[in-house]
Amino acid sequence: MRNLSGQDSEVWLGRVSSAIARKIPTFFRSFPYKQDFSGRLFSPVENGADNLPLDSDSRVAVIGSGPAGSFFSHFLLCMADRLDLDVHVDIYDPRDFSAIGPTGCNMCGGIISESLVQMLAAEGISLPANVVQRGIDAYVLHTDLGNVRIDTPLHEKRIAAIHRGTGPRDIDVNQVNWFSFDRYLQDLAVARGARVVRDRVDSLAWRDGRPQIKTRAGALQNYDLVAVAVGVNSASLKIFQNLIPTYQPPVTTKTFICEYKLGEKNVAAYFGDSMHVYLLNLPRLEFAAIIPKGEYVTVCLLGEEIDAPLIKSFLESPAVRQSFPPEVSPEIPPCHCSPRINTCAAVQPFGDRFVFIGDSGVTRLFKDGIGAAYRTAKAAAEAALFHGVSCESFKRHYWPVCREIDVDNKIGKAIFAWTRLVQRQPHDIRGLLRMVAREQRAKAGNPRMSMVLWDLFTGSAPYREIVKRAMHPSFVGSLLWNVLAANLTPKRAKSL
Amino acid sequence: MDAAGIGKIYLDGEVIVRQGEVGDCMYVIQSGKAKVEEEINGQTVPLAVLAENDFFGEMAIFERQARSATVRACGEARVLTVDKKTLFRRIQQDPALAFRLLEYLCHRLRNLDREFARLKTAI
Repeated sequence: MRNLSGQDSEVWLGRVSSAIARKIPTFFRSFPYKQDFSGRLFSPVENGADNLPLDSDSRVAVIGSGPAGSFFSHFLLCMADRLDLDVHVDIYDPRDFSAIGPTGCNMCGGIISESLVQMLAAEGISLPANVVQRGIDAYVLHTDLGNVRIDTPLHEKRIAAIHRGTGPRDIDVNQVNWFSFDRYLQDLAVARGARVVRDRVDSLAWRDGRPQIKTRAGALQNYDLVAVAVGVNSASLKIFQNLIPTYQPPVTTKTFICEYKLGEKNVAAYFGDSMHVYLLNLPRLEFAAIIPKGEYVTVCLLGEEIDAPLIKSFLESPAVRQSFPPEVSPEIPPCHCSPRINTCAAVQPFGDRFVFIGDSGVTRLFKDGIGAAYRTAKAAAEAALFHGVSCESFKRHYWPVCREIDVDNKIGKAIFAWTRLVQRQPHDIRGLLRMVAREQRAKAGNPRMSMVLWDLFTGSAPYREIVKRAMHPSFVGSLLWNVLAANLTPKRAKSL
Repeated sequence: MDAAGIGKIYLDGEVIVRQGEVGDCMYVIQSGKAKVEEEINGQTVPLAVLAENDFFGEMAIFERQARSATVRACGEARVLTVDKKTLFRRIQQDPALAFRLLEYLCHRLRNLDREFARLKTAI
């Protein structure tokens, strides 16, 4: 047998572990929680290295200019400025977010959660009215047995519906009077000093211990840090896997998003300033929502490998048909897509001089993806500037944020399993509708169910907090009472 | 102002926070202006006019005391509420969030110093 040197054996271990991790993803995905073990087994180059601090004239490449990439660039440059460091940031993205249709779109429902809207305001980033398509101040929960409206606790519009690009493909270019959210964030980063390179990254290599980027146009650039923010729908993730064998991309599932053009009057009359959420008894459908925007509504279906028959069942279901104007056909509109979303975090989304942020690393399950992009991007920027860009630094100062989100997602999976059960039980649905309707009418007291559902649908609170509130004896007692009362007086309950 | 935009719309002269009230949130102006005034010995003293992106109401949540001044919309203004609980939880998770608040408070303190010096010179 060939004798392996220290570094060879680590590389070999890295390759073997990557190969096994590809075959048994769920098993290996639990390993990153054991920090020492993951650090030693999966990281072939970082042990013994110093923290690789960033200093003045350090060069940072950000690959991908969605929210994660732009937030990272913005916060890195903000904090570098506070520390009097002159860091250079290049953002690589061939897309132009001011383009109409798929070329300028990042394939997302386009909701900025209540908590993110507040945090951005506290950061000094107030979303302008020409970026916000509609302020949302209520949710309408639709079930097979009826619907109920849940108003925002403060009766204030604190959720923003946005278009990630400049608009759906069937939009009239002369009528665009708004601004793409992704373009707005990119402009924030540019205003801080970032440079946008409209070119695709073709390959990566190590040169003198630093990552070197080669673009499709043939440009070669060396960097001190590469932040990867390409999402999970990009083929470029493969080029990083070759360079950092310890990184395993997130586990994903297919979703469905489409845009219906209804006109401003119809959107206001049929959907108003409310997000419409559907808990229907359709197999494999975890969650569906219709988000009103200016002239359009965005339909989002999340679940297990959403396919054409499931989309058809949803669009033709009575609860959905009743939401739309009668003249609108349940056909899939011209602007639609089936992007993939994370259901399980990446394995080790960092390495020496590399960090994976946003969807390429970890995001929140089914909700608040832009909020997760903000949190991971900011945590990565802080780790890089204050602690260095070594694998060890990211493990100590960036990974805990990812881990917290990932652990919370596991609780989220349990909650969605519970909602799946509830969706199939008409008795439970009646009780739930009765409880919410009574809370909303009362306008006083503790609206326990309304708050649990509000936080579940909006992504405003971590899943563990939602569970904590749902385990409260008063909540459980009240729900049981409402289930009993609703089913003992079915006629009254149905009229809710 | 239409359906686009976040926060709550206050009409000209409408009170957003009232002096003496206990508050558990701070506010960020999204669009428009707001005037800050303090009631002293029955007289209303104008203190400042705030514009887009300015904060107010943060003193009451950090000091856990009643609102020190009244803030009214100056023309139509759209104002976003930031919950104390949400803010403090995020600051605890990400202390760097407090940088921006500190910067803003330093800026306000500097303006107050300047105003104080100007008044002292005038006396």
